[in-house]
Amino acid sequence: MKDILLQVDDLHASIGDKEILRGINLTVRPGEVHAIMGPNGSGKSTLSGVLAGNPVYKVTSGSATFHGLNLLELSPEDRSHEGLFLSFQYPVEIPGVSMVNFMRAAVNAKRAYLHEAPLSAGDFLKLMRQKRAIVELDNKLASRSVNEGFSGGEKKRNEIFQMAVLEPRLSILDETDSGLDIDALRIVSAGVNKLKTQDNATIVITHYQRLLDYIKPDYVHILYKGRIVHSGGPELALELEERGYDWIKEQVDNQ
Amino acid sequence: MKQENEPRRAADQTDEVLDRATSGEYKYGFVTDIDTDILPAGLNEDVVRYISRRKGEPDWLLEFRLKAFRHWQTLEMPRWAHLDIPPIDFQAISYYAEPRRKEGPKSLDEVDPQLIDTFNRLGIPLEEQKLHAGMAVDAVMDSVSVHTTHTEKLAQMGIVFCSISEAVRDYPELVRRYLGSVVSYRDNFFAALNSAVFSDGSFVYIPKGVRCPMELSTYFRINAAGTGQFERTLIVADDDAYVSYLEGCTAPRRDENQLHAAIVEIVVEDRAEVKYSTVQNWYAGDAEGRGGVYNFVTKRGLCRGDYSKLSWTQVETGSAITWKYPSCILKGHGSVGEFYSVAVTNNRQQADTGTKMIHIGSDTRSTIVSKGISAGHSQNAYRGLVSVAPQASGVRNYTQCDSLLLSSTCGAHTFPYIDVKNDTAIVEHEATTSKISEDQLFYCNQRGIPTEEAIGLIVNGYAREVMNKLPMEFAVEAQKLLQIVLTDSVG
Repeated sequence: MKDILLQVDDLHASIGDKEILRGINLTVRPGEVHAIMGPNGSGKSTLSGVLAGNPVYKVTSGSATFHGLNLLELSPEDRSHEGLFLSFQYPVEIPGVSMVNFMRAAVNAKRAYLHEAPLSAGDFLKLMRQKRAIVELDNKLASRSVNEGFSGGEKKRNEIFQMAVLEPRLSILDETDSGLDIDALRIVSAGVNKLKTQDNATIVITHYQRLLDYIKPDYVHILYKGRIVHSGGPELALELEERGYDWIKEQVDNQ
Repeated sequence: MKQENEPRRAADQTDEVLDRATSGEYKYGFVTDIDTDILPAGLNEDVVRYISRRKGEPDWLLEFRLKAFRHWQTLEMPRWAHLDIPPIDFQAISYYAEPRRKEGPKSLDEVDPQLIDTFNRLGIPLEEQKLHAGMAVDAVMDSVSVHTTHTEKLAQMGIVFCSISEAVRDYPELVRRYLGSVVSYRDNFFAALNSAVFSDGSFVYIPKGVRCPMELSTYFRINAAGTGQFERTLIVADDDAYVSYLEGCTAPRRDENQLHAAIVEIVVEDRAEVKYSTVQNWYAGDAEGRGGVYNFVTKRGLCRGDYSKLSWTQVETGSAITWKYPSCILKGHGSVGEFYSVAVTNNRQQADTGTKMIHIGSDTRSTIVSKGISAGHSQNAYRGLVSVAPQASGVRNYTQCDSLLLSSTCGAHTFPYIDVKNDTAIVEHEATTSKISEDQLFYCNQRGIPTEEAIGLIVNGYAREVMNKLPMEFAVEAQKLLQIVLTDSVG
């Protein structure tokens, strides 16, 4: 059995006085792709936010271990340095800050954390060029301000581009397919697949099965009312596509 | 009940981080221990005469000073700005302070090594070979110019770059023709005061058809306690001339307030262009608002020539109180005025700053881009006037006025005045107010960028349009300065 990359046990989290996650259990090993599916409001985005350390969420109990480290004790930036990447459902615009400057700050912050010298301008630009190709992001996009004026598809490609640059151990893709047309979906998924290795893992959060035609999951989990209520292989996603979420809801609600 | 408070707590945490991040330390707060001749505090005609005599000035200049002084005595300090200015006792200030030195021409060997060292610590080496290539510097400490570099090289092209005291001695006709021609001593309270007691500053004359090959720069330093600094700068660009001029300022950390009341006058002749950039970093006072410089400045340029151009760029980060409106009088046909400003206020700082674009000539154009950044308990106001005279046809103005708030206890205010008397004018005004959002900070954090660095990044991005206007040599420094003023500087 391989090492465990992410181990989540009985994780509870809330926003304000509202409990959203009510006991999540999840084990992710290197090389695996997990899909987390569920109806709207089931807690999918909360789970990604909690794992990435978004301060609007409050963890009330449970634990999360990330390659041996207590994830919940790490600051959001240290989680990033340790190899956790979140592809945002709604990437944030930062006017006036070029993608180049933004990524240089990100790369060099990580290198400082790892006690490495900052990249030279030449090496950095070379890295940008290499990674840009993975999501077919053109040069102009990289010199524009972070996400400002980007189309929906460009924003998501830009997320995967950043993932390519930062080379995370665990990537969480939060509804990466939302707002994408079929071509953008193909480019984004191809990018994710190119970045997949035996040593990293991906959690794909999605409402629809469509994305899973492109990014093949090893495991599919169904999240409902803050709990993973059902887990299975790729066939579970197909079943959901066919039958919808109602049978799951009924099963759980009748218990 | 406990849980109800959670989202508030998240917001509080962000505020806390912002608080910490916006309490950077001022690193130019040191004092140089040097023998200084300081005139006893107080202001009367004898003081005015003393300053003039001390500088060996001609009679016409003494008369100019005395007229200004007599006029000043009839004036009251202006109160219309959005500023809370404690009463200033003008009799408690010394109006002349001169670091002691040898008489005679100032070759660098004769400059007190301590002064050279002071400017080195400020990042302004006075040895020509140590300066940025393409930059000449006039270093002013308290009331006198300490040293001006590259004067010989510039003189070969007919360019005059020296302290105004030297200019009065060596180029009296030029100074007499232009001094007070753009900012009259009757202009306002502080202009009258400056005209009476001005000490040193720079004089620049670019002859016809000459493009100044290097950036000219004046660095102002207040050092002595209990004094005011009253600098006077005069820049003349003759027909088809071009010059880019930079001004930097710092002062020691002191618990008392110090007064800085300057005048900058610029004359731009036919098809000439002047770029004037300021990085103002006077001591701003401490977190509780003790001490800091009162920066009450009158800066104005006259685009007298047809198709002349004057561009102001300012990065204002220092001073306890700033009252400053670098302006353009667009008289020449087709002349162009620009104003690009970043004004940062933190802690208890107050700023009321902006510009006036006075369109007198036809087909004149002006652009105003103002970026205010407020943090802590500071108050930051933009005040601007765009006026179009009846005979000025085909005038265009574009104004963009943005405010960024970093705390919930600061204030951002906008006072735009538009006065158009010609129907053909097109005047546009855009304004935005925004706050650094928690979403932006978390996005940066998730990419590994710590919050304090993220704030620097976001603020610099917000100000980029203006920072891009700064000459290269200054832009990097100014970017760092924004970060230092707003983030915890290490060490």
